[in-house]
Amino acid sequence: MTDVVATNQTILVVGGGISGMTAAIESAECGKDVILVERNPSLGGRVSQLYRYFPKLCKPSCGQEINQRRIMAHPRVRVLTMTEVDKIEGEAGNYSVTLKTAPRYVNEKCTACGDCAEAISAEVDDPHNFNMKKHKAAYLPTNMAAPQRYVLDPSIIGTEDAEKARAACKYDAIDLDMQEESLSLNVGAVIWATGFKPYDAAKIQPYGYDRFDNVVTNMEFERMMDPFGPTGGKLLRPSDGKEAKKIAFIQCAGSRDRNHLKHCSRFCCMASLKQTTYLTEAYGDDDDASATIYYIDIRAIDRFEDFYQKVKDDKKVSFIKSKVANITQDRESKNPILHGVNTEGYHRYDDEYDLVVLAVGMDPEVKADEIGCKVAANTSGFIDAHADDAGCGIFGAGCATDALDVNRAVQNSTAASLKAIQVINKTAGAEA
Amino acid sequence: MSNTAMVKKYRNDFLREVEEKVEEGDWVRMCMQCGVCAGSCPLGDAWEHPPQEIFMMIRAGKREEVLGSDSMWMCTSCYNCIVRCPRELPITHIMHGLANYAHRLGLAPKANPTRRFAKIFWDNIATSGRVNELKLSLGLYFMDGFGNGIKKALAMKDVGLGLLKTGRLDPMGLFKAGGIKDKSGLQKALKKAREIEDTRKGY
Repeated sequence: MTDVVATNQTILVVGGGISGMTAAIESAECGKDVILVERNPSLGGRVSQLYRYFPKLCKPSCGQEINQRRIMAHPRVRVLTMTEVDKIEGEAGNYSVTLKTAPRYVNEKCTACGDCAEAISAEVDDPHNFNMKKHKAAYLPTNMAAPQRYVLDPSIIGTEDAEKARAACKYDAIDLDMQEESLSLNVGAVIWATGFKPYDAAKIQPYGYDRFDNVVTNMEFERMMDPFGPTGGKLLRPSDGKEAKKIAFIQCAGSRDRNHLKHCSRFCCMASLKQTTYLTEAYGDDDDASATIYYIDIRAIDRFEDFYQKVKDDKKVSFIKSKVANITQDRESKNPILHGVNTEGYHRYDDEYDLVVLAVGMDPEVKADEIGCKVAANTSGFIDAHADDAGCGIFGAGCATDALDVNRAVQNSTAASLKAIQVINKTAGAEA
Repeated sequence: MSNTAMVKKYRNDFLREVEEKVEEGDWVRMCMQCGVCAGSCPLGDAWEHPPQEIFMMIRAGKREEVLGSDSMWMCTSCYNCIVRCPRELPITHIMHGLANYAHRLGLAPKANPTRRFAKIFWDNIATSGRVNELKLSLGLYFMDGFGNGIKKALAMKDVGLGLLKTGRLDPMGLFKAGGIKDKSGLQKALKKAREIEDTRKGY
């Protein structure tokens, strides 16, 4: 990877999710050189974990494939996977950056044939599926992985399995001697697109995410619908593998709560409304299937209102205006029971369900005040785009700046790309 | 109805009154009606109006219903609501503030046992600076008349004898003066505190 050449007219994009990919493509297609670094072995980020997009209910893999092809084919974009920013110093037009690349143990000769995975027996947790299933320790991160190249989990290095994997490879693609690499380079501007992580649901003590099997997060629910996910595309209860038909959604799980996330995460209302349509997809007209949404207020803003109305018309779906106070579990059936008071009439309820989905909000994956170089943080730890950033050439993009849905994240990234391009043009102008 | 009468009808004097005069009352407008406090209250079934509803009634200007209600007297200070409130409202304190305000205006329900206990307890401790347990419990037994008091005392006699045997109850407490050394100092301090509160709240 020593062939990465960067100058102070290069834009560094940190994070290869939908925001980072967008910013990289936009910048490259405007004629700028771009280095895109991604911590995971594959591009795609959180969007690659989603089953469907709202409001059109199309599959993210479609648009993702187009983006990945544009990136991989563009001569001005260099993609470095398994790479993190170690240090960043300097000012707009002149940043020195140190990158650290973790060993993949598989080189570019890999054809993704899968023989190495066949040959070994060790299994490790699969973070792409939120550890709800395991995969072989030689693996392709996702079916849509870009680059299409296998990875060896570091835990098998030095074991018999590693040797087996190497022996099985017909293309001489496995290199067990790979080491962590450090790379220093010079760039003119940085687009910070490290995105979000789902808020840690276990911190919401009364909901018992860490105690009750049948309480899952909205992101886990997305994985359950994926045919390649942990349940093979079926809505199965984690406790006993039975089909979950009576499902509750709890909104503002962590969001709009000064004990957890101060901000409204904006996407979770639409995400839950979208997820109610998964029941129709899974069970058709089955009368036993039902979705109940517990909410403070539904924030389906502007054009999403239509989608909200459509879901409201679905007789499978009902709404209860109440923030659930706590969840208990029936010992026998392991059914979660929701307790609270309905704001409309102040009636108490104790409602039993097959499965509860917590609509958890967004936490920034990297806290803005840990980035350095004058990057300002807002009260929730996202990059504060409104702070006085005169002289700062690091621009937040997508969910690194706020809790955003995909549509807004992409808009936001295009804006960040334009800001970075302006810095590069200024630098280039000064040198000419 | 004349114009001023309409204005008066819709002007929310009660919310302002609560904000100015009730302990922690200025938090009431922060409530977003999510319902976690009501759902988290272990005695919620016993409340006619859970905290969430009380806040809404205050905003709706239902002065008589709120101040005459016995709901906030049901609060046992378990603090579940404060811990869980997503907006960090000090709900327990607001409930006690409302109860205290209603009591001082003479609007609190006269027969409410919590209010009567609170009054007996306060008179007991304010006199000598220490709680005289025997006087306190006898006061409670006999608050509904002599006959009732005897009945309650008989019902509790085993507990009382047990306490007596283990030295937990001093039968002479009824006649002993007891209490702290500087009783008049305490009275003065309490009087001054009340004066300050009255001036601040404009009673």
